[in-house]
Parts: sequence; structure tokens; C-alpha cells
Amino acid sequence: MLSLESITKTIQDWLFAKFTPQIALTIECVIVILLCITLFAVLGLVLVLLERKVAARIQIRLGPNRVGPGGIFQTAADTLKLIMKEGLTPDAADKFLFNLAPFVVMMVAMLLLAPIAFAKNFQIWDINIGVLYVSSISSLSVIGILMAGWASNNKYSLLGAMRSGAQIVSYELSAGFAVLTIVVLTGSLQISEIVASQENGWWLFKGHIPVIIAFVLYIIAVTAETNRAPFDLAEAESELTAGFHTEYSGMKFALFFLAEYINIFIVCAIGATLFLGGWMPLHIGHWKDFNHIMDYIPSSVWFMGKTFFLIFLIMWFRWTFPRLRVDQLLNLEWKYLLPISLFNLLLVTVIAIMGWHF
Amino acid sequence: MFLKDYISDVYNGVTSLLKGMRKTGYYFTHSKEIITEQYPDNRATLKLADRFKGEVVMPHDQNNEHTCTGCTACELACPNGTIKIITKFDITPEGKKKKAIDAFIYRLEMCTLCNLCIVACPSDAIIMAPNFEHSVFDRSKLTKVLNKPGSKIKEGIE
Ligand code: SF4
Ligand code: SF4
Repeated sequence: MLSLESITKTIQDWLFAKFTPQIALTIECVIVILLCITLFAVLGLVLVLLERKVAARIQIRLGPNRVGPGGIFQTAADTLKLIMKEGLTPDAADKFLFNLAPFVVMMVAMLLLAPIAFAKNFQIWDINIGVLYVSSISSLSVIGILMAGWASNNKYSLLGAMRSGAQIVSYELSAGFAVLTIVVLTGSLQISEIVASQENGWWLFKGHIPVIIAFVLYIIAVTAETNRAPFDLAEAESELTAGFHTEYSGMKFALFFLAEYINIFIVCAIGATLFLGGWMPLHIGHWKDFNHIMDYIPSSVWFMGKTFFLIFLIMWFRWTFPRLRVDQLLNLEWKYLLPISLFNLLLVTVIAIMGWHF
Repeated sequence: MFLKDYISDVYNGVTSLLKGMRKTGYYFTHSKEIITEQYPDNRATLKLADRFKGEVVMPHDQNNEHTCTGCTACELACPNGTIKIITKFDITPEGKKKKAIDAFIYRLEMCTLCNLCIVACPSDAIIMAPNFEHSVFDRSKLTKVLNKPGSKIKEGIE
């Protein structure tokens, strides 16, 4: 069967047969980088279009439908427009930081791609502290946002960036706790082991109600961390024009925009890995036949399906819920999510110690 | 007590959010709810809301008769000076003089479509029409005479 695993293996074998190990490794790195960039571009185009279509359907509209059949080239046309626009730098801005910020945000998104398992044995870097790596790197994106807000020398940008800082710092906690519940159950930080531990059922089903609560908390927290509605105070069009990226235009704006969508993809991929088994097909306990049938669907399809399901969920939130005020936002985190996730973690620990999960 | 409030807070919050998501989820899965009109493409079958206000018109029946008495109530009601009623005196068959309109001048470019003239008219002679393709190359085309040439007031309207 043709799978991503066999393709990568063939390429690797061929490269190592042809070249010395150093050169082969370099070529592999280049291939990986190219693949990442392609993935970014494709994801950006697909997710933006998906978001616009979902938004339209939810608001009983049609959405973009003029460029190409059903509007599928709309985002490509938008990108073309953004590339051709002038990238303006305001006079009073801190030029260096202003131009650096979009790349910082983008780089963080790229780094996060490393430990994600896209399919069976198809992973850039199976680092043994995968989950820790993800949660530490993802908190770096706030630096890019603060940089953008500060360097723009504009009160809207600064306010947006400050809000974003407060928001990410506080929601990091409950996202971390939600991730920890799975780490407690698995006993490992490595992504591949977390996926392997879900061989006989996804944690969402195996872990009883506490894991379901953790899943809900995770989804709420990452929605906040990616600065999306109902937590999009950092952008808050109605009060801050566009928040931290008010002064950005052209391709630099596009990078922020792209990074937002890549981040959504990444947090959804992590969520799918932790709670929904990553690339692991739907297995139910010891039903050998059922499990075997499920194995026929390629693991990459499982992974993408779960990820896009979560992405859809987050989009659904965005177009349903009203935006929170900044005090409500912090109330929600410190008075509700954090106590609940602490208590929940305790429960999960008890479950894990007693071995009550399946 | 505190704990009970806390839990009911969380419960109420979650249920109301789920209620909202059910509504939007319903819209997402039911494409027949979509209200977008593909305007230039479906120009022939375009359906506009009943209360759409596009322009003031004066309906005439098949005998080219309207119900405007020339009372100028609409002219007085209009906050923008959009309407100008020019009256004349018709001679009835009995030889009596009767007031009638000569021209009902309506300046679309000054109209805010506020509906006040329609409400003010005692004989329902004017209505709002759902026309919206008002672009013209010459502004003078926006000044319209609403009573058709040769039209007269319907019998029995005072
Ligand atoms: S709709 Fe309003 S503005 Fe227009 S003619 Fe009537 S009263 Fe005047
Ligand atoms: S349109 Fe109505 S209000 Fe205006 S002059 Fe005629 S009868 Fe009077």
C-alpha cells in the first residue's frame, strides 16, 4: 500500500545510497523546508477560504463565489493582490522591529510544525519532550505580537498587543493543564508515544468525563491563545481598528494573517493528537475486525480529518459567540477555567493512579 | 451557597452557548435558508422584501386615473423639500371650478426615502416602489413628474 511512510523511506534510502550521509542529510533538510513552506501556503489558502465559506453559511450567505468555480480561487486572487500592494512602514515606527515582527510570528508557527505527527511514522522531529516543546514555543508568539504593537507607534496597536499579552499569558495556564491531563494518563511527553497509547481507543473516550472536560478546556484556551473570536480582543475591529496589525499592509499583513491560520491548524493538530488519537484510526478496545477495517483508511486521512473537524469547531465558535470584554476574559480564565482545570487534573491523576481508565 | 451559584453559572453559560451553536449549526447545514440574491444574474427573478423602499411613485389605473387631490399634504410633510405640487383648476361638467394637480414634481436625488409623504397622504395616492436601479448619467433625469401626462383624478375622490 502506498503510504507517506513508504515514500519517505524510499527517498531516504535512495539519498543515502547516492550521496555521503552529510550531503544526504542536507538534502533531506532542504526537502523538509520546502515541504513546510508549501504546506503553509496551501494551508493558508485553504483555511482562509474555508473560514469565509463557513462564515457565509452560518450567516445565511453564499460567501465568495465569483473567482473560479464556487469561488475556490478567491484566496489565491487575494494573495496576489496582497503581494502587489505596497508594504508601508509608518514614519514614526521602529523600522527594525516593525519589519521583524511578522517574521517572528511566522517563525514561531513554523517551529511548532516540527513535532507534529502527520501520519504513521511521518513526523519531522519526534523529540522526547514534544508536548513541552509545543507549549513553550507557542507562548513565544506573543513576543511577535507585542513587538508589532510596540513598534507600530500607534495607540491601537499597542493596546491590542497588550491585551493579547494578558490573554496569552493567562490562557496558557489552562491550555497547559488540559495538555497535562493527557501527559498524566500517558506518562510520556513524546508525541509518538501519546499517539501509540491510543491504540485501543482515543483518550477522549477512554478517559471518562475528566478528559472530556479537559478537551473542552483545551479548545477554549487555544481559541483564546490564537486570538480568535470570541477572544479576539487583540484585534477587536470595532474598538481598535485592527489591533496589533493596524499599521501593517501588503505582504507583511499577509504574514500575520497566515500565521493566525497556521496557528489554528497547529493547535487543532495538537488537540487531535492528544485527545483524538492523532493519526491513529478509530479503534475500539478488542474488536479486532472493526479495528482492522478502520486501518484501511490511511493514517494521514485520519489525522487531517480530525484536525479539520477541530478547525471547523473553532470556526463555528467564531461565528456564533459574541466577543468578551477584557475583564470578562480574565474573569473567565482566573475564576472559571483555572479552578476547573486544577480540580480536573486532580481527578485525572487519581484515575491514572488507580488505573480506572480503559 | 457559593458553590451552587458557581456551578449554576457555569451550567447556564454552557447551555446558552450551546443554544447559540445549535442555531448557527442549523443554518450551516440548511442551505435553503440562504437569503443571498445573486443580483445581476437573477435580475429577472429578483425577489425583494415587501417593505423595501426604493422610490415614491403614483399608481395609475387602466383609465390613466390617480387619486391625488392636490392637497399638498405630502409637500408639507416632506422634510427635504423633495416634492413640489403644482395645482391647476379644472372646470367640472356642472361648471364648477375644482382643484387638481398639474404636476407632481418629485426629486429623487433629494429624497431620503423616509416614508413621511406616504403616511401624510389622505387619499393614498402615492406609494413606495421597490425600484433601486436609479443610476443615470444626467442628474436632471432624477427629477420626475409622477402624474402621467393626460391623467386625471379618479371619480369620487375629494
Ligand atoms: S420619502 Fe421622505 S424625503 Fe422622500 S419625498 Fe417622501 S417625505 Fe420627502
Ligand atoms: S399625493 Fe396625496 S398628499 Fe400629496 S397632494 Fe396628492 S393627495 Fe395630497
